Amino acid sequence: MDRFLFLTVDGLSHGAVYAAFALALVLIWRGTRIVNFAQGVLAVATSYLAYTVTGRSGSYWLGFLAALLAGLVLGAVVERLVMRRVADAPPLNAVIVALGLVLVGQGVLGMLYGNQFLPFPAPFDRSAMTVGGVPLVSRFDLFVFGTVLLLMIVLAVLFTRTATGLRMRAAAFAPPVARLLGVRVGRMLTLGWALAALVGALAGMLVIPTGLGLHPTAMDTVFVSAFTAAVVGGLDSPAGAVVGGLLVGLVLSYVAGYLGAGTTPLAVLALLVVVLLARPAGLFSGPQARRV
Amino acid sequence: MTTPRRVPTLVRHLAGAAVAAVVLFGLTYVLDPFRDYQLATAAAYLCAAAGLTVLIGLNGQLSLGHGALMAVGAYSVAMVQNQFGDHGVTAQWALVASLAAGVVAATLAGAVIGLAAARLRGPYLAGLTLVVAVALPAVTTVFSGTFHGDQGLSVYLPPVPDSLGADFPVERWQAWLALAAALLTLLVLANLVRGRLGRSMRAIRDNEVAASLAGIPVARVQVVAFVVSAACAGLGGGMFAVLAQSVSPDAFTLTLSLNLLLAVVVGGSGSLAGAVWGSLLLVLLRYWADELTGGLSLPAGLRTRLAGNLPLALFGLLLIVVMMAAPGGVQGLLSRAGRWVRGRLTGRPSHRAGLPAPDAEPPAPVASHT
Repeated sequence: MDRFLFLTVDGLSHGAVYAAFALALVLIWRGTRIVNFAQGVLAVATSYLAYTVTGRSGSYWLGFLAALLAGLVLGAVVERLVMRRVADAPPLNAVIVALGLVLVGQGVLGMLYGNQFLPFPAPFDRSAMTVGGVPLVSRFDLFVFGTVLLLMIVLAVLFTRTATGLRMRAAAFAPPVARLLGVRVGRMLTLGWALAALVGALAGMLVIPTGLGLHPTAMDTVFVSAFTAAVVGGLDSPAGAVVGGLLVGLVLSYVAGYLGAGTTPLAVLALLVVVLLARPAGLFSGPQARRV
Repeated sequence: MTTPRRVPTLVRHLAGAAVAAVVLFGLTYVLDPFRDYQLATAAAYLCAAAGLTVLIGLNGQLSLGHGALMAVGAYSVAMVQNQFGDHGVTAQWALVASLAAGVVAATLAGAVIGLAAARLRGPYLAGLTLVVAVALPAVTTVFSGTFHGDQGLSVYLPPVPDSLGADFPVERWQAWLALAAALLTLLVLANLVRGRLGRSMRAIRDNEVAASLAGIPVARVQVVAFVVSAACAGLGGGMFAVLAQSVSPDAFTLTLSLNLLLAVVVGGSGSLAGAVWGSLLLVLLRYWADELTGGLSLPAGLRTRLAGNLPLALFGLLLIVVMMAAPGGVQGLLSRAGRWVRGRLTGRPSHRAGLPAPDAEPPAPVASHT
């Protein structure tokens, strides 16, 4: 029973990160109908920057801030320089370009930092505190929960309570109409990518300390889990992404805990196949129309 | 203008394959063993890339799982070959049998993925196959008793036939095997895409609803296309096992799938000739990058960091640039140049060359209409 509780908390903690990462995917999908396959490598790049800044300055939080800012800039740059140019092409082109970014990112990071795993610091203790005699939750887990919760509140307020959020939703929902009404649609897309990359950078900072360390491909498995989470939630629904993320986190934690850590990639695959076969549009979708 | 007399497609393709076989046969004698091995590697890539280009370019399905399907082929060949080796079967037919087993295994795996993905479109299919590519190497650690985890398996390769002489380089023999496999793949695919299946695939790619209204069984064609390309990937993976004489999970990572995608896109997706350019480029670009870093006098640490990573970054850059500037790839540029030259020679503009029309730039990645 203790083990089950521990695995549940651990699963929720990882799930919160998957939820954040899935949210970043959903942000871009809603705006541009592109699944950003480069999300993982962008997050790794910002984490490497945090590693360097923390190493030079000695302050973890300076590195943390640098990663978030770099995410914001990187997202905007990728949208302006690359993604905008394939926006009108068939959708496969955008996927291929994003995959090209993955190769470039991994190659460049490998050239700069090498292909060994670098130790990445956690800002808080990762050993579990005992609650009522049961080792349950670590300070780092609490930090993860708090950060992701804060992120979700900020995003929710931004999208539902501010004029900018309304413009972004309009630009994503009906670009031509939004443009006629004076919304700078292109600028909103750039902002969407920047926000999504910032969220991805945050997720990277939260998940990399819990893994093997920093590596050019460190986020590959996280991306895969987050993509599954987003599909579980239906790619279109921010709330679905959050629920999907927590669900995937729990499933993977139980699988790793009871069947061995090596089986988790296969569990992700099985979960994704089951969801796609049973409810391809996600658990939270209504009936769908396809344009003929 | 007289219309040329029509030669049956199969005869034309057979003749082309025969000519190519003779030329390549001569080429393996001209090249030194190292170049022969490079040629063999390109041929192994070509098997898989040719299958993938049909899937992406003609059917509009993007698979990132073909590296994993190559792993299925490679591991099957390794295990069957080692069984033959343990039982003292050294005849050359045994190798053909193991390669066939690799193709069958990859075909079955492709059928499973293809059926699961039959209803999926665009990013969903890419995502599912991406998960396959990331997850499948984990199989080797979960069943490490059979697959020996990260260490992998060594592959028994029967010796070069005695009739070729004692000092016949093994690389040339490997090149023959790989080139034969690649030519066979191209021949089969060329006939498939000119036939009913190819027409159905193109129809679905261009307009799925119209295709299904015209009576094309959309889901079945999608699955068959995936299975055919999976079989090709299995053969390519099997050739990898034969060439390297070992298989291990780190040879079949996501990067391999992305490399195949690069070969397809840079060559010009949908075009078998493009797959040839792409596969050659894949081998040569890596070689040139290694030569470049080897030629410069760099500190040892930097050199190890550049090795492997420089080609990766170049591949990615090439993928992005091609997708933006020339979505038709090398073959698209070549056929455009060919049209232009023909237009000049016949003294009148070919129907496309002079137009800056919207269709002058074909809607890649469904690029080449040749």
